[in-house]
Amino acid sequence: MADVVVEQGQAVRAARARKPASLRNVLGRKSTVAFFLTLPLILLIALLVLYPAVYSVHLATLNKSMQKFVGFGNFLFLFKRDTFWMVVKQSCIFAVTAVFFKALIGFIVAHFVHNIPAKGQRKWRGMLLVPWVIPPAMSTLAWLWLFDPSYSAFNYTLSFFGIGPINWLGDNVWARFSVILVNVWYGAPFFMIMYLAALKSVPDQLYEAAAIDGANWWQKIWYVTLPMMRNIIAITALFSLIVTFANFDIVRILTSGGPLDQTHIFATWAFKVGIEGSDIPLGASVSLFMVPILAIAAIFILRDVSKRGNEA
Amino acid sequence: MSTLAIDKAGPSRKVKYGSMSRDRAWALRWSYFFLVLFAIFFLTPPIYMLITSLKSSAEISAATNPWWVFHPTLSNYVELLTSNQFLRFFWNSSIVSLAVVLVTMLISVPAAFALARMKFWGSTTLATGVFLTYLIPDSLLFIPLFKMLAMVQDLTGITLLNRWYVLLFIYPTLTVPFCTWIMIGYFASIPKELDEAALIDGASWLQTLTRIFIPVALPGLIAATIFAFTVSWAQFLYPLVFTTSVDQLVLPVGITTTLIKGDVFNWGQIMTGALLGAAPPLIIYAFLMDYYIAGLTAGATKG
Repeated sequence: MADVVVEQGQAVRAARARKPASLRNVLGRKSTVAFFLTLPLILLIALLVLYPAVYSVHLATLNKSMQKFVGFGNFLFLFKRDTFWMVVKQSCIFAVTAVFFKALIGFIVAHFVHNIPAKGQRKWRGMLLVPWVIPPAMSTLAWLWLFDPSYSAFNYTLSFFGIGPINWLGDNVWARFSVILVNVWYGAPFFMIMYLAALKSVPDQLYEAAAIDGANWWQKIWYVTLPMMRNIIAITALFSLIVTFANFDIVRILTSGGPLDQTHIFATWAFKVGIEGSDIPLGASVSLFMVPILAIAAIFILRDVSKRGNEA
Repeated sequence: MSTLAIDKAGPSRKVKYGSMSRDRAWALRWSYFFLVLFAIFFLTPPIYMLITSLKSSAEISAATNPWWVFHPTLSNYVELLTSNQFLRFFWNSSIVSLAVVLVTMLISVPAAFALARMKFWGSTTLATGVFLTYLIPDSLLFIPLFKMLAMVQDLTGITLLNRWYVLLFIYPTLTVPFCTWIMIGYFASIPKELDEAALIDGASWLQTLTRIFIPVALPGLIAATIFAFTVSWAQFLYPLVFTTSVDQLVLPVGITTTLIKGDVFNWGQIMTGALLGAAPPLIIYAFLMDYYIAGLTAGATKG
C-alpha cells in the first residue's frame, strides 16, 4: 500500500520535472502559500514557547529583584540547600516509580481486556479509560476527600480489617505513597489504551506458532508479545516520563508539597519559590533543572518516532 | 529423539484439547475477576464524588458509612447552579475552551496541510520542531511567561495579568503542537491522487484544503478538536499563575481556591463542583469515545 503511493509520487515528480518552466512556476507559488499557511504556527512557537524557554535561562542568572546579573549564583545557592536535593530525589522517585507502575498496570489490564470476547471489550475499555478523561485537578479533589484524616473513606473501610487510622497525607512516607498512587491511577489507563492498540496489531499466527512449539503463556508474553510491542512500550514510557516528571496538578492539590516539603517535585517547588515566594529568578532556575531529563527522554522519543517513520 | 516426542504427544492429544479449553475458560474467568478489581480501583474516585455530592453537610459530618447515601439530597447541586460565582467559573471555562479550540484549528489545520503536502525549504525540520514543542511541559514555561506578560503589560499599558482572555494566547501553546502533529499524520494518509485530481481541475491550494482535505480527514479533525477542548478545559497551572480575581477564574482553579475556605472544607459542595467540572469532558467522551481514543493513540502510532 505504502509502496504504491511512493511510486506514484515519484512518477508524478518525474512527470513534473519534464516541464521545468511550469515546475518553477508552481514551486514559486507553492512556497509562498506554504509560508503563509505555516506563519501563525511559527509565530506561536517562536513567541510563546521558544522565546520563554530562552528567557527563563536569562531569568535564572538574575538576582531576586531582577536588577543585577549574578551568573550561576542562583544555581550555587540551590546546591547548598537541603530542600533542593530533597526535591531532586523526590522528583526522580516519583517519576520513575509512577511510570513503572503505570506501565505495569497498563500492560496487565490491557492483557485482560484483550483476553475477553471482542464483543465486551468496548464496554470495558470505555469504563477503564474514565480516570484519564476526568480533568486531573477535579479527580485529585476526590482523592483528597478519600484520604481525609477524620472522615476518610479509606480509613473507615480499613478499620473493619483492624488496620488503624493511617495519616495518608500527613505522614511523609504515606504522603509520598499517596501522590504516586494518584498519579498511577490517573496515568495507567493511557498505557492500557496504547498497549491494547499494540496488542491488536500482533499477528495471531505468531501466537499459534508459539503454541505449536509448546510455549506456555509466560513464554508467549516474553518471546512474542514484548518484542512485538517494544517500540510502543518505549515511546509510551518515555512520553509518560516527561509528563510525570513535569507533573504539577496532583502534588499541588493533594499535599502542596507538604508535610515539610517532603513531597515537592520540581514543578510545585518552582511554583512555591517563584510565584508564591515571588523570587522569579530562583523559581526559573528550579524549573530549568527539569531540562536535562526532559531532553534525554525527548531525544530517545524522537529517535523512535523517526525510526517508525522510516519503516512505514 | 523427535520421534519419541511425537509418540508421547500422540496418545495424550485428546486429553490436551480438553484441558486447553478448560484452561481458556479459567483464563476468561480470571480475566473478568481482575477486570472487575481494576474497574473498582479506577472508578472509586468518580463514584465517591457522586455519593458525596448527594449528601447534606450534616450527613457528611455525622461520620456515618461514607459509601452510602442515607438521605439523598440535591441541595448541593441547587446551591452551586444558582451561585453566580460558580456559574461565572463555568462560563469562563466554556468561553476559554471553545475559543481556544477555534484558534487551535485555525492555526494547526493550515500548517499541517502545508507540512504534509507542500514540501518546502525546512518543512521536515519544522515538523520535527512541532513535535518537540509538544514535549515541552507547561511547568517549564509558566515562570518566564508570567514575567513576559508582566513586561508586556508595563510596556503597552494593556492589562494582561489577572484577565481570563490572556489564557486564549497561552493555551494554544499546549494544544497547537499536538493537533498539528496528528493532523499531519491524517493528511499524509490521504492518497495523493485526490489532491492531484483537484489541482488538475484547477483548484487552488486553499480550495484543495477546504474542499478535499478537511472533509476527507474529518475524523482526525474531530479527534484533534476533542483533544484541544479537553486539554484547555483541564488546564490548571496557567490559570492558577495568571489569574487571581474571583471573577476571572476558570473552573478547576475556581473550585480549588474558592470552595476551600481556610481550613473549612465543605466537601459536599467541592465534590459537586468537581463532578460538574468533570462533566463536559465525560459527556464528550461518552458520545465520541472512538474519536477520543483515535486521537489518543495517534500521537505515538502515526507519523
